[in-house]
Amino acid sequence: MDRILYGDNQFFAVNHISDAKSMEQSMKFKEDKAIMATLDQAIESGINTFMCTTHDRIAFVCDSVRANPEKYKDFKIYPCMPYAHKYANAVTELGIQGTIKQYVPGNFFGSMFKGGKALVSKDYLAIMELLVDAEMKMFEGVKTPVIFLQNVITDLLLGLGMGEILKGFHDYVLKKYDAEPGFITMNLPKLADTLDALGIENPIICASINSANFRMSGGKELYEETLRNKKIRVIAMQVLGGGAIPPKEALGYVCSLPNIESILFGASSKRNIDNTVSTIKEFDSQ
Amino acid sequence: MLKVALVGAGKMGLSHLSILGAHPDVEVVGVCDTSLIVMGALKKYTKFSCYKKFKKMLDIEKPDAVIVAVPTKLHYEMIKELLERKIHVFAEKPFCLNPEQGKELAQMAENYDLVNQVGYHNKFIGTFKEVKRIIDSGALGDIYHFTGEAYGPVVVKKKDSTWRSNPADGGGCLMDYASHVIDLLGHLISPVQSAEGTLLKSIYSQYVDDAVYSLLKLDTGETGVLSVNWSDDTYRKMSTSVSITGTEGKIISDASELKVFIKKDGVLEGYTKGWNVKYVTQLTDQVDFYLRGEEYSAQLDYFVNAALKKGPNEINTFKSAALTDNAIALIKNNSKTKA
Repeated sequence: MDRILYGDNQFFAVNHISDAKSMEQSMKFKEDKAIMATLDQAIESGINTFMCTTHDRIAFVCDSVRANPEKYKDFKIYPCMPYAHKYANAVTELGIQGTIKQYVPGNFFGSMFKGGKALVSKDYLAIMELLVDAEMKMFEGVKTPVIFLQNVITDLLLGLGMGEILKGFHDYVLKKYDAEPGFITMNLPKLADTLDALGIENPIICASINSANFRMSGGKELYEETLRNKKIRVIAMQVLGGGAIPPKEALGYVCSLPNIESILFGASSKRNIDNTVSTIKEFDSQ
Repeated sequence: MLKVALVGAGKMGLSHLSILGAHPDVEVVGVCDTSLIVMGALKKYTKFSCYKKFKKMLDIEKPDAVIVAVPTKLHYEMIKELLERKIHVFAEKPFCLNPEQGKELAQMAENYDLVNQVGYHNKFIGTFKEVKRIIDSGALGDIYHFTGEAYGPVVVKKKDSTWRSNPADGGGCLMDYASHVIDLLGHLISPVQSAEGTLLKSIYSQYVDDAVYSLLKLDTGETGVLSVNWSDDTYRKMSTSVSITGTEGKIISDASELKVFIKKDGVLEGYTKGWNVKYVTQLTDQVDFYLRGEEYSAQLDYFVNAALKKGPNEINTFKSAALTDNAIALIKNNSKTKA
């Protein structure tokens, strides 16, 4: 994985500290072209990996990449699935069964539900696989060397003790997409233990890691211990603690930790992208 | 260890179940729901004991506490059964369809000395906790106006009906969405005494309201505006906010950002004359397991601690949730009496 990964929160009005800022971003990135232009700026700053949720609007990015193979020959996307709000809003409206009916392609579930019979194990894994395929459809012909499960699903399954589904996702991504599976989590220590117990070796885990102790469940010390002692490949996200930490201090902290393979960040101006990239490079060279 | 069971494995139920599954002080002894697809998955992939029948689960598992996350119309009967069996109860919001039922349950829980809590999670969000602290300190002077708002994209087009679109089942924006704001205002300032000029608007829904606008008067005399709309797709997810104006200052807060204007120095520690801005990142306590927001874990920690006699049972009691049900009834009645 590249050392620096570029994220997509700014494009989809995700802002952890301000609803007003989030609305501003939604206006700024109203046009798909604006997203692409900012991505091009990130590429100019030396970034080659875009880690993004499987939001419908990413289809435009994929189209652009396919249309300009020479320009984007080194460009990679790490899809993170699913775009949770799509499903969350659907569950609110249609219930769990209704949501699966709506989003699982094909109609063989229709007859299954009508029969009112319970599903067997392979049906659940099949539903998961069909959902993965549906989310991956727009990325056809685009390099996606790592495919992530979003934290809301990873952590839901983690708490429920459904490790087998995490393993199922892992195995399916390897087999079907010849890509490395990754897991986003807000519970790094617990996930690292669980994946270890499932026999998943050296997993890619993306987690919130920052000096402010923000969204680090169980606390910073436990995270630092996990980084020192577990065999995991970690991507640090939310390194600025949602904007609470000055960038220099924030990046200095993350760059000083062991086992952090990559740093994920988002920014919507060329200046902030450049600053972040050069600061990380500066700390890494020390 | 607290033996906890769950009834209702829908969106909120599964979220609670996951948090409880990871909780070091909790043993999940049973899960009850009628959905074949959800229960099938839980049976196959988790170690939880699964039940279709609520009473059978209670008979066999004898839980110390139960999480009730079924639709509101089923709350009264189930919670009554639990209280009669001397079981602590955490119920999802809104509490009951009828305020008299809520009052009765609150009284029962009090008589039996049982821990009782309702899932109005905003009170566990760092920014709103700080708003409460500031208001209680008196730093705003006399509060003379407030606005309580919530907007989000739940119903953004005409569609088939679900329980949320059935008024008899506790559906609609007033019950489902505005209840959060009403409850929060009741907690921050005081409960609703009366409603005037209420507009309940159906925008896309056929049978229920999609937006609620009302002028509220609180028990302690403050007046203000309630404005809630769940058909607003300019929001990515639910956004709840309050603005509270007093003679000595003003607060504008949502779940992520707190802005406080104070007229004088020295009235409130950590705040100076003029605008002060704080973020939820600075105001949030770490939780041991995170799913969708610290507040969801924090409210269950609070409940579990109370049931284990390690903490208080003062926030989100049945009594306070019954007051919110009462306010909902006042607003609904007012909308019918307008000219």
